[in-house]
Amino acid sequence: MSALVLAWLLAAPAPVVVGPGVYRPLFPADPALATVPVAAFRLDVTPVTEAGFAAFVAAHPRWRRDRVPGIFADAGYLRHWASAEGPGAGARPDAPVVNVSWFAARAYCQARGARLPVEAEWELAAQAGDHGPVGRDEPGWTQRILDWYARPAALPGPVGQRPPNHWRVQDLHGLVWEWVEDFNQAAAAGDRDAARFCGAGSVSSTDKDDYVQFMRVAFRSALAGASTASSLGFRCAEEALP
Amino acid sequence: MRIHGLTLLALVGCQAPGPAVHPGAPPAAAMASVAPATDTGGSAAGDLGPVQGAPIEAALTSPPVVPPPTGRKVPAKVVVNLEVRELTLPISTGVDYTFWTFGGTVPGSFIRVRQGDTLEFHLRNHPDSKMPHNIDLHAVTGPGGGAASSFTAPGHESRFTFKALNQGIFVYHCATAPVGMHVANGMYGLILVEPPEGLRRVDREFYVMQGDFYTVGKYREKGLQPFDMQKAIDEHATYVLLNGSEGALVGDNALKARVGETVRIFFGNGGPNLVSSFHVIGEIFDRVYAEGGTRYQENVQTTLVPAGGATIVEFRLEVPGTYLLVDHSIFRTFNKGALGMLKVEGAENKGIYSGKEVDSVYIADKAESDEAIATAAEGLKAGTLTTEQQIEAGGKLYAGTCSACHQAEGQGLPSVFPPLAKSDFLMADKARSIGIVLNGLSGKVTVNGADFNSVMPPMSQLNDDEVANILTFVRNRFGNTGEAVSAAEVKAVRSQTPRPPGAAH
Repeated sequence: MSALVLAWLLAAPAPVVVGPGVYRPLFPADPALATVPVAAFRLDVTPVTEAGFAAFVAAHPRWRRDRVPGIFADAGYLRHWASAEGPGAGARPDAPVVNVSWFAARAYCQARGARLPVEAEWELAAQAGDHGPVGRDEPGWTQRILDWYARPAALPGPVGQRPPNHWRVQDLHGLVWEWVEDFNQAAAAGDRDAARFCGAGSVSSTDKDDYVQFMRVAFRSALAGASTASSLGFRCAEEALP
Repeated sequence: MRIHGLTLLALVGCQAPGPAVHPGAPPAAAMASVAPATDTGGSAAGDLGPVQGAPIEAALTSPPVVPPPTGRKVPAKVVVNLEVRELTLPISTGVDYTFWTFGGTVPGSFIRVRQGDTLEFHLRNHPDSKMPHNIDLHAVTGPGGGAASSFTAPGHESRFTFKALNQGIFVYHCATAPVGMHVANGMYGLILVEPPEGLRRVDREFYVMQGDFYTVGKYREKGLQPFDMQKAIDEHATYVLLNGSEGALVGDNALKARVGETVRIFFGNGGPNLVSSFHVIGEIFDRVYAEGGTRYQENVQTTLVPAGGATIVEFRLEVPGTYLLVDHSIFRTFNKGALGMLKVEGAENKGIYSGKEVDSVYIADKAESDEAIATAAEGLKAGTLTTEQQIEAGGKLYAGTCSACHQAEGQGLPSVFPPLAKSDFLMADKARSIGIVLNGLSGKVTVNGADFNSVMPPMSQLNDDEVANILTFVRNRFGNTGEAVSAAEVKAVRSQTPRPPGAAH
């Protein structure tokens, strides 16, 4: 590991406290769960970086792309890296790591004594605006996120370049999609109710105008645990300190 | 499990449980007994038996090209490989937009099969895509039209199989949440299911599809324009386009045919919001298969094409010239881009038409190459714009926007439209001339000693740089000599002019 990479890793900010708060799932698993209370937890300020993931792979070689079993990561796993060891000299160490599977992301967080955030936690953090815990009524907030969705995916730039939100968390929008522990939650909510399938606006969604959450739910539900994508990374969460 | 969630998110058409029969409707048998002898039998008669022969890979074509007839007499297994690409492409001159496409084009690749064929559909989502996508083909019989079975993350592929039971021309589209945004970004196309005996022979076939687009910047505002969700919800289209770009079917890209030929246009409407009043200026449709159905209406001027619907029109060409494909909801054609061209070559027939060309009135600024306009736009952006570039671009814009009244050489029409050539009124006051273009002018004016009392409508739909280029052109041509007009000057005048809400920009 180069001195530059080591210095960058040491400089990464400690996770910050998010919540407690209330999250409104787009597709509640049960009508009684229209709002989900979320206990306070700690969340990484930025997504896990190339340098961070390269260090993990070095310490846990079974997660190298040439050794990982196919059931844990598909053929796209770390495909943008110059070699199985790491992203290569030309890559930015401070860019978020992408092309990682859910299994790999989980293993990374566990190795650190942390975990992936659950969807409710991630969404609670991501619904914050610049000035308060709910951003959707702040001018331009929704359009800013949609603008990112509308740009074609290119390998992302460095983390930590966007202003922190209300919880002091960065890059929840505008950099990469992110894994959550229960990414298939909406899918698993299933087909009990035929009315969910009906019509142009999905009668069972709680907020038809929340297009930005629609996009994330759609994205997550397209994934399997071994999936990878060039715009998909992750960050870790930890329990709140007692 | 995730498949179920996909259906949930796919937001496909309503599939009510159980038979959807209106109270009081006659039983199916009674319906059949009164059906005309020519009834195709619908989906019940669409299974033409088992697949025969080796699988065939479908030939996909980009608009406006249509694949040749299948020419097959027996059911086949047809493999369709369609790839989703998210691409930044020009939507207008100097304006880019990030389209989501089936096969790299808007509309997507044209698929042609025969009734009774079994389609093995492979939907690939390019690894560089940011979004998951799927496909709902209106030609599919089955819940969701394939949407649930084809939900595909970036870098992945999904596969499903269906039998094409109903003949006709059908729309396909992406049905991933939020559906409206995926469709608004260009995710639609057409699939033709030929009747078993094929379609009647014509000389040429074309593929044209309308769509409405919603950008943060106004019409023709330069640069990369993001999608505007609020405008889409409000159904305030910035662009209404044929084949996904203002330039797709004009100038060198015009459709081409010859006198004496019969042409067929497969015309679809992707929407997401607007219904099209499809019309070809200067032609009458000999046959219209309204809504893409089996039977045709004859001698039709304008046909309605719903969002998520398609039609087939056929007409014979008797007279050479340029025919314009438009949405006759006509502001869309003149102010939002819904215009295409069919250029027909061949011998004049004065017995049918005297032959006077009136293209300039209709075609506006689309008749000429937009290259000069693009050069000027780039020059303005880079800070290197020259007066000559402004004059070049202004001339093109003048020909489209101004020449119908002020005439090609700026001479005007005596006592109706004032001259711009050697005009004392024009050259006396630069700021006044900017204001007249933006706000119009009504009432008496004296130009070169002659009185005019007429009305010029506001041209506020023009951008600042377009007004600047037009004025620089007229101030330096037609015997006039003057300094250039800058976009900043136009902007200053525009900002000083209050407009009621709802007025153009």
